[in-house]
Amino acid sequence: MEFHFPLLTLLTFFPVVGVLVILFLKSEQKNAIRWVALTTALITFGISLWAFSLFRSANPDLQLAEKYNWIRVAGWNIYYYLAVDGLSVLLVLLTTLLSAIAILCTWTAVEDRVKDFMIFSLLLEVGMNGVFLAQDLFLFYIFWEFSLVPMYFLIGIWGGPRRVYAAVKFFLYTMAGSILMLVAILYLAIQTNTFSVPDMLSVLPGLYAAGTISAGAQMLLFVAFAAAFAIKVPMWPLHSWLPDAHVEAPTAGSVILAGVLLKMGTYGFLRFNIPLFPNAAIQAAPWIAALGTIGIIYGAAVSYAQQDIKKLVAYSSVSHLGFVMLGLFALNPEGVAGAIIQMVNHGISTGALFLLLGMIYERTHTRDINVYGGLWKIMPVYGSIMMIASFSSMGLPGLNGFIGEFTILLGAFGSKAISNPWFAGISAIGVIMAAIYILYLFQKMFLGPAGEVTHHHELKDLNWREIVTMIPLVVLMFWIGLYPAPFFNILAPAVEKLLSALPL
Amino acid sequence: MHLSEITSSGFFFLAPWLVFAPLAGLLINMIFANRFKFSENLIGGIASAASGVAFIVSILLTYSLSLQHGEAARWRLAEWFSIGSLSLDWTFRMDTLSTTMMLVVSGVGTLIHIYAIGYMREDVRFKHEEGRFARFFIFLNLFLASMLVLVSGDSYLMLFVGWEGVGFCSFLLIGFWFEMDTLGRSSWANSNAAKKAFIANRVGDFGFLIASFLIFWNLGQSLQFDQVFEAAKNAPPGVIVAITLFLLLGVAGKSAQIPLYIWLPDAMAGPTPVSALMHAATMVTAGVYLVTRSAPFYNLVPDAQYIVAMVGAITALFAATIAVGQYDIKKVLAYSTISQLGFMVAAVGMGAYVAGFFHLIAHAFFKALLFLSAGSIILGIERGHHHAEHAEHADKSKSKKGKKEEHGHAEHGEEAFDPGDMRNMGGMRKTMPVTFWMYLIGALALSGIFPFAGFWSKDEILLDAKLHYPAAYWLLTIAAFFTAFYMGRQIWMVFFGEARTAPAKHAQESPKVMTLPLVALAILSVGGGALNFPFEGFHNLGHWLEHTLGEVESMPLNLQVAGVSTLLALIAIGISWLIYGRKPLQNGEPDPLKKALGFIYTGMENKWFVDEGYAALVIKPFDKLSQFLADVVDWRFWHDFVHERLIAGTYNWISAIALDKYSDKQGIDAFANGLATVSQRLSAGMRKIQNGFVRSYALSILLGVVLILSYLIFK
Repeated sequence: MEFHFPLLTLLTFFPVVGVLVILFLKSEQKNAIRWVALTTALITFGISLWAFSLFRSANPDLQLAEKYNWIRVAGWNIYYYLAVDGLSVLLVLLTTLLSAIAILCTWTAVEDRVKDFMIFSLLLEVGMNGVFLAQDLFLFYIFWEFSLVPMYFLIGIWGGPRRVYAAVKFFLYTMAGSILMLVAILYLAIQTNTFSVPDMLSVLPGLYAAGTISAGAQMLLFVAFAAAFAIKVPMWPLHSWLPDAHVEAPTAGSVILAGVLLKMGTYGFLRFNIPLFPNAAIQAAPWIAALGTIGIIYGAAVSYAQQDIKKLVAYSSVSHLGFVMLGLFALNPEGVAGAIIQMVNHGISTGALFLLLGMIYERTHTRDINVYGGLWKIMPVYGSIMMIASFSSMGLPGLNGFIGEFTILLGAFGSKAISNPWFAGISAIGVIMAAIYILYLFQKMFLGPAGEVTHHHELKDLNWREIVTMIPLVVLMFWIGLYPAPFFNILAPAVEKLLSALPL
Repeated sequence: MHLSEITSSGFFFLAPWLVFAPLAGLLINMIFANRFKFSENLIGGIASAASGVAFIVSILLTYSLSLQHGEAARWRLAEWFSIGSLSLDWTFRMDTLSTTMMLVVSGVGTLIHIYAIGYMREDVRFKHEEGRFARFFIFLNLFLASMLVLVSGDSYLMLFVGWEGVGFCSFLLIGFWFEMDTLGRSSWANSNAAKKAFIANRVGDFGFLIASFLIFWNLGQSLQFDQVFEAAKNAPPGVIVAITLFLLLGVAGKSAQIPLYIWLPDAMAGPTPVSALMHAATMVTAGVYLVTRSAPFYNLVPDAQYIVAMVGAITALFAATIAVGQYDIKKVLAYSTISQLGFMVAAVGMGAYVAGFFHLIAHAFFKALLFLSAGSIILGIERGHHHAEHAEHADKSKSKKGKKEEHGHAEHGEEAFDPGDMRNMGGMRKTMPVTFWMYLIGALALSGIFPFAGFWSKDEILLDAKLHYPAAYWLLTIAAFFTAFYMGRQIWMVFFGEARTAPAKHAQESPKVMTLPLVALAILSVGGGALNFPFEGFHNLGHWLEHTLGEVESMPLNLQVAGVSTLLALIAIGISWLIYGRKPLQNGEPDPLKKALGFIYTGMENKWFVDEGYAALVIKPFDKLSQFLADVVDWRFWHDFVHERLIAGTYNWISAIALDKYSDKQGIDAFANGLATVSQRLSAGMRKIQNGFVRSYALSILLGVVLILSYLIFK
């Protein structure tokens, strides 16, 4: 392989540069630390755009690859292998964008131990980028586990009153799932003599055909990987850690958690479960579709009953990620592409909702929905942006959410793998229920007479920094809603390639 | 009927400006209006001009279409997206059906924009919210853009963008005064109405979504109109029935038919120009448009057609009976709108698309006229109210020191004065003569009196019904009787007799900016019948729509049908005179019908308790269910019991036994104490988990290693 500039390595590890600079700053130099962190995140975003400019969307294969031998012990071929393709490139862009936005939103929200906060935020970005770029299972696993640690501290140190409990729970749950995946990874590596996923993909069909790995073993491997990813997504009924983590996490943590970390789960299904275990994936499709459908309806119903605004949005994630799972396991281009778009959409819309809720929390220090009311009159800019984010989240045509939901439901409705339109039909009820819980949130906070909280606080409308934080997300909501063609064109070839390998 | 692909001739290249013009108006007002302190006339002028441009574009498109003899044309603006077999464009479709809708929407829309300049100027002052003037016109332009997307889209999905877009605008505009109720009192009422409208519409949209999935997967993997209609010819009828019935659910939502009509009466919470434009003339007719657009489906399945026709006919009668028992001037008109939409839905259900469309257009004219006149009356009374109040204040401040003067008018007295309640009106033909005459014309047109527009369009529907669906014919004829009756009742109560309250007595006529659009609409309501006179050589609308719908039956005037309906209407007006006109209602006197009809009238008055039924059968159970899922299933069972107690507990227990020796309790406790500030109960439970933290991690790794080693050994 000819040498070329290790752009993806630079992209992944650039935040470390920021960390090193921050280490030389004094804890009291809060603003300097913030600026360094923001600049680092912005440069990283710039690098991801640079990488994207070299990315050829017509090419369905892995691109910008960097593959080096890393560890060779006992015949185990472990590589340092980074590459990007249509399945992951949008998620990388989302990660670098949301990381910058998350840092910007903590400008005044985090006053305590700013230095540590920014270090953890930047390290988290390294982990997330690594997860989306790694093409070697060993490397992937390291990034996967590594990304847990900074988030654990972000929740555990800067979170709400029950932060330690939430952080530990978050850590343990994800860990527990990962163990099974680790076992499966080792088993696969032993069978295929490599940790590199593309190499595995060329060997595995032979092993399946020869019966070296039986159908039952394939299913077990699928389940072991699924265990790790399903907890992360989180799929119903493994979602129990999510409301705790979201409610306790600081705003930036919630944004990253909802925006990126959950996508690591769905991405795992897409990148590993489906191509590595194609027969098992087809066999499991109706079951996962069923869990997705339950998640959609259940998440929406539970969301509607919440009194805590952050918890409401947290449960709405369960519903939205149910759509993603349904689309992924439709295993047709419409469903899978819709699911990837919906991953991005959920990052944008739910990220925006958490940012906005964080802004009001900073002013009022309460998450009780009942004390709000009439905010649109007092804070017109805030209200208008919230309205756009809300309707984007519930899938109003013209905004991003609709494009994802529609393609997912359309794909699932006619999916051969799911082979039952009822799942999509019932899931479509989730579209009604989304309107119910989102409008409940919007009405209770923004419409109606001025609420109790307005008597105690002088509520100022958004300042310029806050508006700037929101602008990229709002632009993306309209862009993906009105002209999603470029986004679909980026991922379509890779999706087609992924699906063409399935025996469907 | 052939489709010229992307046309380069004529004015078709202007098609995107149907949408861009209102969007431009919206953006200008959104960005500049408040920054540069635009005057109200300028804001309203920009919005009206944007709407006017859309109207001119509609005219030019229609003209170009007539040049090529109604042959449909398409204009592709841009790719939308394509994935797998799904491929969609932003393509505008100009055929005789869509251009007819464009003309109605942008034409009536422009008149209402102009009227709204005058109306909102006063409305924002009565509500002490002058700053919200620009927002109204931004929303109104957004509505126009969405509605024009709806009627000009070339695929079911583009239609759906407009379809939900208008629903969204409806939400915004019903909830325009989101912090109050219709009487200006601080309340959740208006925002509840907005929410109700959106959710009821979403139920309908669910039907639309399922229909589009069925269309896509069964009819050639497309959503483009011509392609799916072509594929439908060879599709199994069962699929088409399913598609048409799911579409009907969408129609019931948007066009306020049974069982989803319940949102429309509440939607009257929006400012009156909104009620006129969206909730009478244009948006709610989208369902009628959808059925007509989908005519190639409906024509294939007569059973589904029958269901559509009966839903429409039953809705027409049901809503008409409720209208009889309403006191609010706008509520009467709202139920009347539901009823008239029932007429249209029944018509298109019967396959009488031209009749349905004829009535849609005529109704747009006279119902917009009625609503705008009602708005004029309400403002007139508001003006009178203020006038009376000032006089009263003058008296008060002589005797006492006027304390309450700073407060808004809404806070006065125990009960807020309702300027929309017909019981507070009376004798208004003297105080508001122009409005009176306009209202009268609208009422006669609605009642189907010769020679007003409503006479011709309604008779065409009745005639079709008589020939094809006798049951629907009788339902609709009785509904027509009720229509004339409740309009008569309204005219007598509002305009005749003596003023029952001081505000009605002091009511003042509206300014020209409001009355001139009324005159324009009145002219259309009188002459609109000319669009499709039932005489040989005059079926203009029929021949125009034929290009899109294929051969349509053009029927001559049937004197029997016309005679029966006119006679019934006259009898109904006569009865209304006997009850309300001969001896005018006195202030505080209950409705005379109440004595005569007893519990039946109570039912009408209370809308047959349908809202209460929904609350008890749908809303309450849903609330309860979601509360149960959240509290009991999710939190107490999954979260607390399964995860906390079973999984985490077991884990801790094992790790405690397995690894107790190695754990460094002191270090971890110090860490935990530094961080945790939790309640007594929680900290007790939590310390176990925290203690478990490093141990658990260690255990996990140990477990993994053991598993791998055992695998390697026993392989």
